[in-house]
Amino acid sequence: MADPLLNTLESIVTNATPLVIAAIGETITERAGIVNLALDGSIVLSAMTGFVAAYSLNTALTGGGMAVATATMLAIPVGVLVAMLVGALIALLIAVASIELNQDQVAIGFVLTLLGVDLAVFLGTNYARIPGPQALPIVFPVLSQIPVAGDIFFKQSGFTYLSYALIFGAWYYLFQTRRGLALRAVGERPEAAFARGVSVNRLRYLYAGLGGALVGLAGAAYSLNIKAGWTTPPNMQGDGWIALAIVIFGGWHPFRVVLGAYLFAGLRALASVIQRTPGIEINIMVLNAVPWVLMIVTLLLVSSGAIERALLLLPRGAQKWARNILRSDPPAALGTRFDPERGS
Amino acid sequence: MKQQAWLSRVSLAVAPIIVALLLTGLLVIAVGGNPLQALTEVLRGGFRDVASFAGVVNFWIPLTLAATGLIVTFTAGLWNIGVDGQITMGAIFASAVALSWNLPGPLLVIAQLVAAMIGGAFWGAVCGFLKTRLGVNEIFGGVALNQIASLATLYMISGPWQPPEGGSVRGSPPFPPESLFPVISDEFSVSLVMLIVVVISLVMIGLALRGTRWGLSLKATGQNARSALLLGVPVNRSALSAFIVCGMLAGMAGAFRTQFAFTSPSIRPLVSGGIGFLAVLVALVVARRISWLPLVTFAFSALLGGSAQLKAVLRLDVALVGVLQGVLVLTILLFNGLRTRLESRTSDRSGTSATPTPSVSGSEAVHG
Amino acid sequence: MDIELRHIHKRFGPVHANNDINLTFLGGRIYGVLGENGAGKSTLMKILSGYQPADSGSILLDGTEVDYRNPQIALHYGVGMLQQDPLDVPAFTVLENFIFGAIGARGYRGHAAARLLREVCSRFGFELDPDTPIASLSIGGRQQLEIARLLALGVKTLILDEPTTGISAEQKTILFNALKSLAKNDGLSVLLVSHKLEDVIALCDEVAVLRAGKLVGTRALPATPSELVALMFGQILEPAQRIAVNLDNAAEAIRFENVTLRSKRLQVKDFNLNVRAGEVIGLAGLDGSGQELFLRACVGLAKPAVGHIHFEGRDMTGASFRQFLAAGAAFSAAGRLEEGLIAGLTLTEHTALMTEHHPVIDWGRARQRTINRIQTYHVRGTPESQIEQLSGGNQQRMLMALMPESAVLLALEQPTRGLDVDSARWIWQQLMVRRDIGAAIVFSSPDLDEIVTYSDRILVFYAGRVTEIPDARQATIDQLGRLIGGHNEEVPR
Repeated sequence: MADPLLNTLESIVTNATPLVIAAIGETITERAGIVNLALDGSIVLSAMTGFVAAYSLNTALTGGGMAVATATMLAIPVGVLVAMLVGALIALLIAVASIELNQDQVAIGFVLTLLGVDLAVFLGTNYARIPGPQALPIVFPVLSQIPVAGDIFFKQSGFTYLSYALIFGAWYYLFQTRRGLALRAVGERPEAAFARGVSVNRLRYLYAGLGGALVGLAGAAYSLNIKAGWTTPPNMQGDGWIALAIVIFGGWHPFRVVLGAYLFAGLRALASVIQRTPGIEINIMVLNAVPWVLMIVTLLLVSSGAIERALLLLPRGAQKWARNILRSDPPAALGTRFDPERGS
Repeated sequence: MKQQAWLSRVSLAVAPIIVALLLTGLLVIAVGGNPLQALTEVLRGGFRDVASFAGVVNFWIPLTLAATGLIVTFTAGLWNIGVDGQITMGAIFASAVALSWNLPGPLLVIAQLVAAMIGGAFWGAVCGFLKTRLGVNEIFGGVALNQIASLATLYMISGPWQPPEGGSVRGSPPFPPESLFPVISDEFSVSLVMLIVVVISLVMIGLALRGTRWGLSLKATGQNARSALLLGVPVNRSALSAFIVCGMLAGMAGAFRTQFAFTSPSIRPLVSGGIGFLAVLVALVVARRISWLPLVTFAFSALLGGSAQLKAVLRLDVALVGVLQGVLVLTILLFNGLRTRLESRTSDRSGTSATPTPSVSGSEAVHG
Repeated sequence: MDIELRHIHKRFGPVHANNDINLTFLGGRIYGVLGENGAGKSTLMKILSGYQPADSGSILLDGTEVDYRNPQIALHYGVGMLQQDPLDVPAFTVLENFIFGAIGARGYRGHAAARLLREVCSRFGFELDPDTPIASLSIGGRQQLEIARLLALGVKTLILDEPTTGISAEQKTILFNALKSLAKNDGLSVLLVSHKLEDVIALCDEVAVLRAGKLVGTRALPATPSELVALMFGQILEPAQRIAVNLDNAAEAIRFENVTLRSKRLQVKDFNLNVRAGEVIGLAGLDGSGQELFLRACVGLAKPAVGHIHFEGRDMTGASFRQFLAAGAAFSAAGRLEEGLIAGLTLTEHTALMTEHHPVIDWGRARQRTINRIQTYHVRGTPESQIEQLSGGNQQRMLMALMPESAVLLALEQPTRGLDVDSARWIWQQLMVRRDIGAAIVFSSPDLDEIVTYSDRILVFYAGRVTEIPDARQATIDQLGRLIGGHNEEVPR
């Protein structure tokens, strides 16, 4: 464990966790045809509410004489649930505005992302910079014994283990189940889904809410784990936008999305390693700009078709297999509205 | 019957404001404040005396400039979220001139404004180039460029423009007195030059959008870029020009933001003060009705001007004003939808309602 | 299955799309539902298959009244419809589409489903590979998949909306054989919605004709085309007369010299063509066979990978669309509101875009010009109407009106798409006027009649390969159908 490289890799996995969760959540929502552009505000607001809920419950329980460890065990799941509820509500608001009121999803999402941050700052002002309950790493039985990988992947917090489950769960659900077929059809061609008896808008509400809840979970992963607590200005602000870009980079495919999130966290870690290396002097502001330059570069990779061209380099047998992962087209009906009365 | 229709229209226009106030009031109660008191403080805050009113106008000037610029990009169907960075870049360019050029008063002011226009236009052009030539969606390009612009400010302050006493990241050394924008009076410290700039910008943009080929090209591009191209509109150039014009206006707003109430002009972190994001909200509310713009920006500025009172008198976080503004815009948009829904229910189901938001469909907007 | 429609009414705003329709369809028979565009036949079929609710009236299946609110319930009762643009999910594979929405087939992996698909395919001679993405299938292939899917779901009534548009002759034969077998051997009732008389005559036992929302008659076949036309229009229309034009001394409009065009999916290779002023060239082929690419290359919207394009003798290889526009080319795309017209803009604003080139627009003049065009082209609309408020036919007229009078070359993608016979004929009259004053016309169409009727020369595209028929008057529909399907053993030269 003393190996600094291993430490860095472990921290990359930790730091990528909320990005993975949020990006998977957004992937699900967008696959169903709804753009939740309020990711950044959702993460900030759910981080705040999740922390405050966990903190308050923890204080009440310990004040009532409960042991600290037990109180934390109870407080954290409650904080997580509150955060998920907040995330789901924001996403559902976008869905309602689009489906019922014919408003532009991008416009509503943008307003909500600003509102989420202001709301979090306003309501959380009394909870800033106070210590609260934190999710600690759990050494995973058996798997943590694997050399190298065990140290990197299986001495993490519950959030990270949840993210592993999500990656495979989302992939399996999207591509290997009947419900996944319906979910994708609703985002690709709602008229066809409607003709096959799918309640398009009901599914869109469902997956907007589900994806939003995951975004809320990502918020909780910040305030109850990696960013530990609540600050003003919020210290995870901006990551929501990065998660949105990762979804595009990931071509709406869970595996590629995850790859994007780890790549991103990795390059961020690399930047800070460089900064700490003696003899190299780079202005901290330049380093802080790295994620944003990376964001533009990753989007460039997608828009230039470089990723799809990579497909042609693969051997023929692998091409068929990789096509699903390497295609970069957004869901065809993304951001549009479906009116069942008109069947279009 | 007619009167009833009129009444329902008025009530639908007023309703979102009331709903927004009620919702925000509930939040104030939630943190243990008095919502009525908060409201009166905010409303009174900007109009207590001449000086506080000047404060409102000094918010109105950059906000109106940025929002006017956004009308241009919205007409072209572009989500120019990057406007905040364009303000910041304008401020940086203006600061560079103010800190390094030795010019007499009026010339230095003009030089700052021109530099700011170039700076803002440059940052707008970067976003436009990424969008039109390289296919990077302007929302994401804009978000990233906003961040990079603020980091550039920090970099300049902590590096090249470090004040002599050193070490601080609070701001650059004060600009020379010649860089100050002249004010109307010490009491009413509002820059006359900037007022004129704002009025000219509003009128010129309003006329250009309505009566020129450029304006028509922007509208055509915004409504349907593919068709516009086939009708002979150079759509990429149109979009790029919209970014540049918006950047120029935003840049001037940035130059103005370095004046800091005309006491010690300097560039500081977060120089834009989020004016750009607020301008996006304004643009969402007014859609393409530019004649409404100065009124809406004035209302938003009055709220901002009153926000200082919240902290001073009621010890409420100033973010409350942001919350109120956000809730207000949200309810206005939702009520717009509600109204068209009610109208189409009463007349005919088949009518698709035209939302007053920019005419980019979500998919195009996010991943175009 | 026997179907009875009683007193069906459906309104869309002021339009009475279905006005008191009473009809009976019996199992084991094939019915044609005829009518020009806007006659209400598609609406009626959508009501029958659950895609739209009727305002009033009832549907009886085998004597029992049913009430369906959506297509899924209609399917449950055994009524399935194949839409003109098959309602599948392009991002899915063939098998995914086959499984999606199916009741009873077990497991997503669906070996059982794959077997079922194979069975249906082998019975009717459909060629569908389960792992192919839909996006790379032809319209005909997608139709076969939808039919297979509906049959696997156990439909007893199959409705097909304009199924022969955009499919090859070979696919049409397969389709018709399948439909005949389904009616005869399986007792299905088959309803064919079409405006193509020859298809109806070739396939159907009986026709029902709709005009302006009303049922104007039913008739047992056989019948002659002119009898059906009389029913459809209430009068007999004379076929358009084609006058041969002497092009010997005509100037060159556009010339392709060893041009190779490439798109993501196909390439049109080493291609030579000389189009003269006053000449009409028809492009035939299935969707995506290269004719769209070629049309776009005529106006600079697609750039040649190899070779040269000369416009009126000037080398304009690689020039932009705007340069072609300035040189006198005009283009109209198949999807009018997607490519060509701008929803949200008024007619005057459209005119201003095309005619006002000064920085400041003279709105009075633009409005006057719009009024002139509205009158010349019989557009039903005002200068202040927004373009999307116009009907399809009027939009097409406006699109024509926007093409500069002085255009040297008109490149038209499906110029009469979605128009009724009258409007289409009117559009062609205008195009012929343009031709007579020296414009060259290159157009594509899925309607072979249109191509044979109006072209001087025909180019048939199949997977990027081009076959030229130098004299369109000697072309037959049959021959074109074979070429479109990729059989070019007997090219007339």
